[in-house]
Amino acid sequence: MDQPNTGRHGTRSTWSWWYLLFVIQFVASLWVSSYNRVDPTWIGIPFFYWYQMLWVIIGAILTAIVYFATDE
Amino acid sequence: MQEVNWIALIIFILLFAFITVLGFIAAHWRKGDLDLLHEWGLGGRRFGTVITWFLIGGDLYTAYTFIAVPALAFGAGAIAFFAVPYTIMIYPILFLVFPRLWHVCHKHQYITAADFVRGRFGNRWLALAVTITGIVATMPYIALQLVGLQVVIGAMGVSGSGYAGDLPLVIAFIILAAFTYTSGLRAPASIAIVKDILIYITAFAVVIVVPIQLGGFGNIFAKVPPAKLLLAVPGPNTTGAYGVYATLALGSALALFLYPHSITGILAASSGHAVRRNAALLPGYSFMLGLLALVGFFAIATGVGGLPEFVDGFKQFGNNFAVPALFLHTFPSWFVGIAFAAIGIGALVPAAIMSIAAANLYTRNIHREFINRNPTDKQESQMAKWVSLIVKFGALAFILFVPQQYAIYLQLLGGIWIIQTVPSVMLGTYTRWFNDWALLIGWAVGIVLGTWMFVAANLTPNFPLAIGGYTFPGYTALYTVILNLVITIVLTPVFNAMGAKRLDATVAADYYA
Repeated sequence: MDQPNTGRHGTRSTWSWWYLLFVIQFVASLWVSSYNRVDPTWIGIPFFYWYQMLWVIIGAILTAIVYFATDE
Repeated sequence: MQEVNWIALIIFILLFAFITVLGFIAAHWRKGDLDLLHEWGLGGRRFGTVITWFLIGGDLYTAYTFIAVPALAFGAGAIAFFAVPYTIMIYPILFLVFPRLWHVCHKHQYITAADFVRGRFGNRWLALAVTITGIVATMPYIALQLVGLQVVIGAMGVSGSGYAGDLPLVIAFIILAAFTYTSGLRAPASIAIVKDILIYITAFAVVIVVPIQLGGFGNIFAKVPPAKLLLAVPGPNTTGAYGVYATLALGSALALFLYPHSITGILAASSGHAVRRNAALLPGYSFMLGLLALVGFFAIATGVGGLPEFVDGFKQFGNNFAVPALFLHTFPSWFVGIAFAAIGIGALVPAAIMSIAAANLYTRNIHREFINRNPTDKQESQMAKWVSLIVKFGALAFILFVPQQYAIYLQLLGGIWIIQTVPSVMLGTYTRWFNDWALLIGWAVGIVLGTWMFVAANLTPNFPLAIGGYTFPGYTALYTVILNLVITIVLTPVFNAMGAKRLDATVAADYYA
């Protein structure tokens, strides 16, 4: 890597440990066997569908957390 | 075909007329000198967080998406929902990579990804590879937007024999071409706001109204055949449908923001902050896409596939008719007009941005690099305007004269091709470690092998990779980009040992504020 971590402008130029939060939504999304099921249903919607929709919201919240945490 | 639905058609035409006017007026919005390429082709890089949200949303969630994702759910079931984990994963990628690309492009006045690669790696042939990949991947995508438009026009009962039947499509395209030529990126940016509002209204209406009519989600899902409700559990020695689902989601996520129209949307933002904020705000669209995928199941549950009035539509458009049929079945005519206008306008916005992006690429990275090295600003923007016309009418000719299935094949191949620019564009924003010729060879191997695998898998994007008694069916794009990266990493030290020059017009500080 040829990007020196000068850190002149706070966190933006460098690696932030907050970025690891993103790993959570990758694992949740790619671990298909954890959610390929019907039960428990929610208002009649099979787990497979509402669980992934829920992760859209969780993913947005995690991204917002990283945004505010790494903003200078 | 059914009779013309006049009420729907009139509302559709009124909304179309409204966005046409908007598209032309947009030339005066945040006024800039449209004889400069970055004013015409990037809207002067003046769009803040909110406009960028509408623009990128309008850009990525296309008419074809709204037709094809529910159609896939209607026909194939659970696998269509890969679109949801796909859109969950794109936003971290957007957050980590693309603000850096925005900063370096702003600093050096780059307008395309290929401009960046040219500066970063100092190799015009590598930049040419990125350019051609972008243009070739975009063309069938524009053509497919027309499919969305064709389906809703047909669903309103507007039909004719021979070329007369294509007349509405041609008219819509002339309008699109005219306002894009006049206003550049400002036109789709302003129209995207209207389009997205209409799409949101439609999506929420359908998700509320249909379950009420059918007696709740429980009843709807009870009517979906069990084989479509979930993914098939993999047998022994294979990752089966799980692997396909995960690799499709991840590969598509890696590819999405490399498409020229995505990058154009990002570079048009007024700051890296606007891009970062959008990574947290854009999932609003992902949620809607998930709702729309469910609409495919609604279509199964209402049984529109078996209703006599829709037989002709399904015969003509296949499963792509599922969503229009559901709307016609569920809503009063006036709302059908709004919903269809949402889809129709949803075709024009991305088609406009795609043609602008392809025009920027040709003008900057082929014409200026290889034909006329010192164009005036005016010549450059004029060239881009003409190319945007050529690109659009090329796509129109394609959809009118070539079987639609070919456009679908090419669009699927486009995903496999565009992902091959991950090492040079995406990783290039973080490191200059790679050798430029190694990148070019890795790209070429990825393109050739990916194309071969697509053909070998009977023109499908999922290849049954077999390793030592195990089978890993999965998305060809992901498999081939991994090979591309391995080749690039292995060859880089070889070229370095041969004393390869290492050019880089950028410095580390260019990549952040």
